[in-house]
Amino acid sequence: MTRLIQASLILCVLLAGAVPGAALARLNIEITGGVEAAQPIAVVPFGVEGSVPVDPGAVIAADLARTGRFAPMPTRDMLDQPTTHEEVDLRDWRLLDMNNLVIGRVVREAQGYRISFSLYDVFRGERLAGATLTATAAGMRNAAHRIADQIHEALTGIPGVAATRIAYISATGHGENARVTLQVADADGYNPQVIVSSTEPIMSPAWSPDGRRIAYVSFENRRPAIYVQELASGRRERVASYPGINSSPVFSPDGRRLAMTLSKDGNPEIYVLDLDSRALTRLTEHFAIDTEPAWSPDGSHLVFTSGRGGSPQIYRVSARGGPVTRVSFEGDYNASPAYAPDGRSIAMVRRINGAFRIALLDVERGFSRLLSRGPLDESPSFAPNSSMVIYATTHGGRAVLAATAVDGGANQRLTQGTDQVREPAWSPAVQ
Amino acid sequence: MRIHPWSLLPGVVLLVLAGCSTTPRQGVDGAAVDGVAGAPGATGAEVATAGIDEERARYAGPWEDPASPLSKRVIYFDYDNSEIRPEYVALIQTHARYLGTHPQLRVTLEGHTDERGTREYNLALSDQRADSVRRFMLAEGVQSDQVEVIGYGEERPASPGHDEAAWRLNRRVVIEY
Repeated sequence: MTRLIQASLILCVLLAGAVPGAALARLNIEITGGVEAAQPIAVVPFGVEGSVPVDPGAVIAADLARTGRFAPMPTRDMLDQPTTHEEVDLRDWRLLDMNNLVIGRVVREAQGYRISFSLYDVFRGERLAGATLTATAAGMRNAAHRIADQIHEALTGIPGVAATRIAYISATGHGENARVTLQVADADGYNPQVIVSSTEPIMSPAWSPDGRRIAYVSFENRRPAIYVQELASGRRERVASYPGINSSPVFSPDGRRLAMTLSKDGNPEIYVLDLDSRALTRLTEHFAIDTEPAWSPDGSHLVFTSGRGGSPQIYRVSARGGPVTRVSFEGDYNASPAYAPDGRSIAMVRRINGAFRIALLDVERGFSRLLSRGPLDESPSFAPNSSMVIYATTHGGRAVLAATAVDGGANQRLTQGTDQVREPAWSPAVQ
Repeated sequence: MRIHPWSLLPGVVLLVLAGCSTTPRQGVDGAAVDGVAGAPGATGAEVATAGIDEERARYAGPWEDPASPLSKRVIYFDYDNSEIRPEYVALIQTHARYLGTHPQLRVTLEGHTDERGTREYNLALSDQRADSVRRFMLAEGVQSDQVEVIGYGEERPASPGHDEAAWRLNRRVVIEY
């Protein structure tokens, strides 16, 4: 049964209407580090009939460069720019030491465009992949992202994440002038859209596994409450507003339950809310702080932050409750765990010599390493293919986002005008 | 002391602005009254009613008087800690006694942290700080329905800085009447 809270729905619409969507600055992504082992690839500008809103080839090249696995050739260095199979002479590309070549065409149709591409292995002389997609003018970038992901998968065996999105909190002003928005942008920073706007704090965005809903915490009624909002319609529902804290919502892998932190029984504890039956199950019971739950990818257990040992550490509990076991042992402050979608590692915030850095714990082997330098890094979130972690950091005294490849290599900084951006959440991969 | 003529300018601007804001408001009210009077079906004498402008001084309570001990309403905390420091015991007792003799009054205890550490853990920590003050007040005889607790975590810093001078001011519980 759906309990839509009418008043908050109206408020939401009003709040969203207060911010003109057109004026949003896109997230600017700056590549800040290492592409040493990147594979050379040539992505030729796509052949077009008439005018197109954007060259898919340029979008694909940028997508591939951001992964850190590929080094696309600058178009000015290309000897020729074929757009059909007949025009391709692989000898030219061998001369330029390219491993792979991507060509494509955009054809205008009655409604929108038809976009086709081919991926070649230059040395073996084979066509490795190809497809034809259709899109409207507004969907052209998304078509290019999907092509980039097919190329990524054909060449690495791992699905790409160019066609995913990022949710984050953006804030301006201080005190009385504070304005906080929850935004969703494409993984390359384009197309940012405000989904909630408020003068009170908004926190903890979390994606549903189907990518269609986002749960978050809003203080709009002076105290924190948890909302679940449908992205397409903007409709939302308040699912938890108990006395005390209502925080840290995270969807279960099946999308039917929401783990969260509530202090309604006197102390912050982890609960699981069944979104259909509204049944609430308490998972933890301790006088110290228990918060920041994260589901294991198979849904069998959760990891969370607890102060029960005297300082915050990561612990584990079955999704049905029961005994709690400690997971983190290095460092005197470990918090905000995020499970890699492949289940192999857990990213967390670790304090070392007073600096808060992102650490990656290998679940099976028990050792960990540091992914970031600090000093105020937080909110790690994995890309759906487990290859990268996005997190919140500071740069020049300002809150910005950063992304880093788990296996080293790519590093990026994401900024939005002069706003403070924080609490990134990487969307699941959606078809 | 000599008063420079320019120093009066802000006051003059305020007066002008005040005039601007009240005049149109009366105009809007007047239009509404005319509309009622001229409505179809109205019979007999034309009657117009109007509201009055009334500016009254506001008196919230003694906690806004800087000379009152109740004006001290912020309790500061050590890093990653929600225990009340001894120097704040008297401050909380003063408020607890006042609430004890004024059972109709309600307070909200707003807990905050500095920016270090994770946001959601800090939200819980700020709640625990406010709850420490609440439990102390209850032990001093305050009724539980007089005290409400809200944790804001690190979301509403008192000082926007990124050093210990700012962090010290941000680790706090504010007693709001």
